[in-house]
Amino acid sequence: MTTAARAEDICASPPPQLVTMSGAINRALRDAMTADPDVVVFGEDVGTLGGVFRVTDGISRDFGQDRCFDTPLAEAGIVGFAVGMAMAGFRPVIEMQFDAFAYPAFEQIASHVAKMRNRTAGRINLPIVIRIPFAGGIGGVEHHCDSSEAYYAHTPGLKVVTPATVEDSYSLLREAINDPDPVVFMEPKRLYWSKGSIESVLAATKFASFGRAAVRREGTDVTLVAYGPSVEVALQAALAAAESGWSVEVVDLRTLVPLDDETMVASVRKTGRCVVVQEAQGFAGVGAEIAARVQERAFHSLHAPVLRVAGLDIPYPPPKLEHLHLPDVERVLDAIARLQWDDDTDTRFLPSDSKGGAT
Amino acid sequence: MPTPLEAATLTTDTSTALPQAASTDRSFARGLMPASMPVQFLDHLGHRVQVFNDDYPEPSSQQLVAAYRAMVIGRRFDIQATALAKQGRLAVYPPSRGQEACQIGSMLALSPDDWAFPTYRDSMALVTRGLDPVEILAVPHGAAHCGYDPRASRTAPQCTPLATHLVHAVGFASGEKRKGRPTVAMAFVGDGGTSEGDFHEALNFAAVFKAPVVFLVQNNKYAISVPISRQSVAPSLGYKGIGYGIASEQVDGNDAMAVLAVLNKAVAHARSGQGPVLVEAHTYRLDAHTNADDASRYRDSAEVEDWLRRDPIPRLETWLRHKGLIDDAFVASVADQGEAFAADVRKRMAVDLAVDPMSLFDNVFATPTPQLLEQRAMLEAELEAEEASR
Repeated sequence: MTTAARAEDICASPPPQLVTMSGAINRALRDAMTADPDVVVFGEDVGTLGGVFRVTDGISRDFGQDRCFDTPLAEAGIVGFAVGMAMAGFRPVIEMQFDAFAYPAFEQIASHVAKMRNRTAGRINLPIVIRIPFAGGIGGVEHHCDSSEAYYAHTPGLKVVTPATVEDSYSLLREAINDPDPVVFMEPKRLYWSKGSIESVLAATKFASFGRAAVRREGTDVTLVAYGPSVEVALQAALAAAESGWSVEVVDLRTLVPLDDETMVASVRKTGRCVVVQEAQGFAGVGAEIAARVQERAFHSLHAPVLRVAGLDIPYPPPKLEHLHLPDVERVLDAIARLQWDDDTDTRFLPSDSKGGAT
Repeated sequence: MPTPLEAATLTTDTSTALPQAASTDRSFARGLMPASMPVQFLDHLGHRVQVFNDDYPEPSSQQLVAAYRAMVIGRRFDIQATALAKQGRLAVYPPSRGQEACQIGSMLALSPDDWAFPTYRDSMALVTRGLDPVEILAVPHGAAHCGYDPRASRTAPQCTPLATHLVHAVGFASGEKRKGRPTVAMAFVGDGGTSEGDFHEALNFAAVFKAPVVFLVQNNKYAISVPISRQSVAPSLGYKGIGYGIASEQVDGNDAMAVLAVLNKAVAHARSGQGPVLVEAHTYRLDAHTNADDASRYRDSAEVEDWLRRDPIPRLETWLRHKGLIDDAFVASVADQGEAFAADVRKRMAVDLAVDPMSLFDNVFATPTPQLLEQRAMLEAELEAEEASR
């Protein structure tokens, strides 16, 4: 009796139960399937096995083969099948097993999933969620670690969602399944085992809204804009930067389409400096779009050019070298250090013969 | 005489009122195997033949007369659309003259609640379905969308990326089955399209999920300029179903009676829950790929003339006259209906289609993103400034 009473004194409420991101996504699928009988899940190995990352663990068993089923191994077929199922009134949530395995489906995604509403003057909408485990950091071999978000974000008609937290993975997936339009839901696979609580979002009456970035850490000197797997890197960098006296704000975009210009620009107007952190190869990537938008919308608040810290423009490297490719705290700190904190001219991009000449 | 649109409606009504073929046996006699030669009921002169048609009940007289009328009106529409493309009223038109038996047979074999998944070359089929011809031509006429209401007409948008819509038909048919609805999907593809990966994925998915789909391959012998010999060396494109476990058949695609007989059975087979059917229809594209194509660069006129002798319309007409099912007066009346139909299309297509530029933003998403709203405002301001400076 005394033990129980004492425990109650010490801890007024029980500690929040922690779940992994894969568990949170599993829960979101189950809750969505319970809420709406038209929600169906299919793809490769999502049935009996529960998915190669176990995201659909037990769903086929608990909801039956009609609601969660394996398909032939053909990604274009899976996406095209989902188009037809959606036309018949279902809300398919389909899995592309890995980022690079989704490429055979690209024509279906770009030519049909993204365009059906437009091609039919709004008479046919496709409430399809295409789940794609993406990006690296898990020591995966070739074709298993691509950051493919820019392809989708570049395609009009697709919403692109990149959760960075366990809570968001639940809330944004529920919102994606409710959305009347197709959503490419990109799950950072290195975060599948990260843990968090989803109790508050389970209790909430509303899911996270698309197009609303989150300020994950407040600061006054510089804004780091990140999404998906890079948010954690940005937060660690912010922590490290604080030791050097920089107060760093971290903006998590959460959804790339729609993009929350407002929140990131408001942050940069306040801090006057901006670094975009993305794991994807940098050239022609989402980070370039963000840098351009921040620059054109907050130019007069900027004390320095917007910099990008991104993956290298190389095919994803072998496991033992991936740390050299992935943006890390050091690279983010280096970028922050280059943000014109003094009045010296930045000579980095001057032709070599004029370097040092400028004062 | 009915007005052109009444004629179109009549055509559809006739088709929908028709009983399904009176076959109780819905399985195919040779299992998955197509006939060794294309199923044929009428030879090119319109004589009834009995060689490769043993599995299939003869279509009803009603259905055959409806097919004749729909083929005549369909061809007249096709010729009119080709002319409109040459006059610049249409950006492009892919004709299907010569393929009438397939175009019309596919639609008359369906029930009104069934769905069609057509390609860009299947406009004649959509006319037969009763869709407004001006709506069918909306895309080449300059519309930003497919023109017709797919749900109301139970017809998916005409698909351009080859074979990609076949998987939609499979998913749709499977979804309808899961919802307990007896819908069949008729999925169209050409000979060139059978080389696309999506064709094979569609066949396999359909077979694995036992989806009620009929795949109709109109082998018109050319994919733009590339002959069928460069697409496949299979004895028949119908053989491509066997490996997927799909009941398959090949048919003389210029013999409307045979096309109807085979497709009636295929639709009944799919509807009865026995899974998909693949049908190769041997036909010929008498015109070029589109008005922008020059077919003389890849085939000689003797070949075209040879196929003209196998024209599906006189063939059926000969048979129907022989059976006393149609007479001169009926033939003349149908020709008049075709002329009136074409005249109506001509008249309505003479008007330029006005597309509101602002509407370009309307259907990207259900709710436009902030970025789209910004771009919309920019375009609106540009257009207003342009208007003001006039």
